[in-house]
Amino acid sequence: MQSHTKDFRQGAGAALSDPKIQANLEGLYNGFHQARIDASDQTPDWEALQDKGRAIKAHTLDNLAYYLEMVERNVIASGGHIYFAKDAEAASNYVVNLAKERGIELVIKGKSMVSEEMALNHRLEEEGIEPVETDLGEYIVQLAEETPFHIIAPAIHKSRVEVSELFVEKLNVPMYDNIEDLTREARDQLRQKFVDAGMGITGANFIVAETGTVTLVTNEGNGRMCTSMPKIHVAITGMEKVVPSIEDLGLFLRLLIRSATGQRISSYVTTVTGPRGEDEVDGPEEFHLVIVDNGRSKMLADPNLREALYCLRCGACLNACPVYRKVGGHAYGWVYPGPIGAIVSPMLTNLSEAKDLPFASTLCGACKEACPVKINIPRMLLYLRKELTQGETYPEHKSVSMAESTAVKGWRASVSSSFMMRLSNLGGRLLQLPFVRGGRIDRLPSPLSGWTKHRKFPAIASKPFRTRWKNIGKK
Amino acid sequence: MNQTDNAVKASLFVTCIIDQFFPEVGEAAVRVLRRLGVDVEFDQSQTCCGQPAFNNGFWNDAKPTARRLVDSYEGEGNVVVPSGSCAAMLRVFYNELFHDEQDTLRRAQALAPRVFEFTEFVYDVLGAENREGLFHATKPMRVTYHESCHLKRELGVDLQPRSLIQSLPGVELVEMPQAEVCCGFGGTFSVKYADISAAMLNDKIANIQSANVDAVVAGDMSCLMHIGGGLEKQEAGIRAIHIAQLLDERI
Repeated sequence: MQSHTKDFRQGAGAALSDPKIQANLEGLYNGFHQARIDASDQTPDWEALQDKGRAIKAHTLDNLAYYLEMVERNVIASGGHIYFAKDAEAASNYVVNLAKERGIELVIKGKSMVSEEMALNHRLEEEGIEPVETDLGEYIVQLAEETPFHIIAPAIHKSRVEVSELFVEKLNVPMYDNIEDLTREARDQLRQKFVDAGMGITGANFIVAETGTVTLVTNEGNGRMCTSMPKIHVAITGMEKVVPSIEDLGLFLRLLIRSATGQRISSYVTTVTGPRGEDEVDGPEEFHLVIVDNGRSKMLADPNLREALYCLRCGACLNACPVYRKVGGHAYGWVYPGPIGAIVSPMLTNLSEAKDLPFASTLCGACKEACPVKINIPRMLLYLRKELTQGETYPEHKSVSMAESTAVKGWRASVSSSFMMRLSNLGGRLLQLPFVRGGRIDRLPSPLSGWTKHRKFPAIASKPFRTRWKNIGKK
Repeated sequence: MNQTDNAVKASLFVTCIIDQFFPEVGEAAVRVLRRLGVDVEFDQSQTCCGQPAFNNGFWNDAKPTARRLVDSYEGEGNVVVPSGSCAAMLRVFYNELFHDEQDTLRRAQALAPRVFEFTEFVYDVLGAENREGLFHATKPMRVTYHESCHLKRELGVDLQPRSLIQSLPGVELVEMPQAEVCCGFGGTFSVKYADISAAMLNDKIANIQSANVDAVVAGDMSCLMHIGGGLEKQEAGIRAIHIAQLLDERI
């Protein structure tokens, strides 16, 4: 996907001034967010599960080459094909070439964030191949010619009425006033696509190394149909999605599903190992697994960012984030929004272009608290801020304004000693004189005008605490 | 007040925001601690913990003031900080700031267990809520408690302030919805992304108002500066006060 991370401010502003988006975002706190809290509270030893999941992720990523080779051996042994794509373009080329070689004109797709990285739909269309999203949310987003707004709920920014209007416009159907009718309409539209498609493309929530098994977690059953109805199934996923064993899979399914929707288990958990065997009735004739790097190696190589690859893509940090709940998913400008997106999107696209993302956080820590594998997101945001400001590991992305550097130098001088604090207290009181009314400042010039638009600012005290200290209690 | 030799001692790190903008909060903290028998000291050389620069990526500019703070509290003795965020800087984030400066890191780690946020010290160390007759009733008051993010999620402090508030005669603690959600301050976030911050603040204010209270209480003047500034702008008629002030008014 083309990156618009540098337009974060405009995107955030647009979302903030859109009452429909605000209304739709408001449901997240009492919806997914509370459901996750309830589900984790009701799971015995939740924290022990988190620690175990985190340890397995750390181990797997520390030995990633070993486990990826194991995946390769086992996918081939089960009769499948595997392709390691160094970037989005290579992955797209593989899929497009395969589709062209097989003469495929229609592709059905299950939900895949990595395919969004690749802008695969766009690429397929360019090649004259029709891609059809079959996850209901993704289907809505595709009809609206938008991008996903949320990792697990791509169309959460649209209300039922907006979806009805979209269906009227794009599908030439009557206006439906309930979700059941809308869903039925989507099913009717998609049914024939499932039958006609020559290829099914899905993501993979996990790849099990010891068996070469791909796992899909869905609630609509569309994912399973994508793996079983067309003659060819292509699963595309990031290289960090590997887990060592089937036993580990059980643990991660619990962590992922409870954190994503609060369900104890999703309606469908699909495991696919290779194409249909001779003694099997279901499954495709060909199975391809495309494992994508696309910049992940860079995070893997950086000890300060490696844990971003532990991410299960559950979306819990988005739901927990008070900034995401205001600006929504599109503001972040690339595939992954929210707190984890503020780390992953800059690293997989361009850090300095995406510099707003690590800064657009209050570091409140709600994301870290929500994460099923305890990813310390605030710590990584601080690290990326340091990189953008000081450019130690990524000097080419150093991106700091002269104005801010100067302001920080001024701050540094003002806190360099008690004397300097007193001096800046005096200076500050002189500067604030024209603005103070009754101990408060109602309006300040730029860059503080945004602050005082919605809040009063306190005046600097005429006697700081350090002056008052010796007189406390002497009155 | 007579201080005996075996009185609990504590050095107050008052924080730059209280020093410069809210000295009355520092005074309230001192009076409460003294009333609880603490021999309070104040090191005049203190300035800032370095958090403003650190949070904005200027780690090299944060280091001198942070290093000086570590130096000045070297040795023994409790350090009490009336701010969850500044206490978290000392206890948690100095580990990041000084990750490449072994000697300072070692000394910062030796300091960390001696650093207490104000309510931790008053509740966990001094056990103020159990002292008979310590607090006296004033005019009945309804308050709600805002959970400052670093206090709750970096230091894990949420029981202490609530218990202290509940131990005050005549004070009713009314929980507001989403008490644990950030007010949108985030330091320079509130300047750089003032509109996002304001949207978060407006939710916070609506939640405070829904509790129908006289005051919102918190443990951090930075959040309270933000929330209070918003309440005043909207002329909401609800005070934003530090928990040290709430205790001081009744001690």
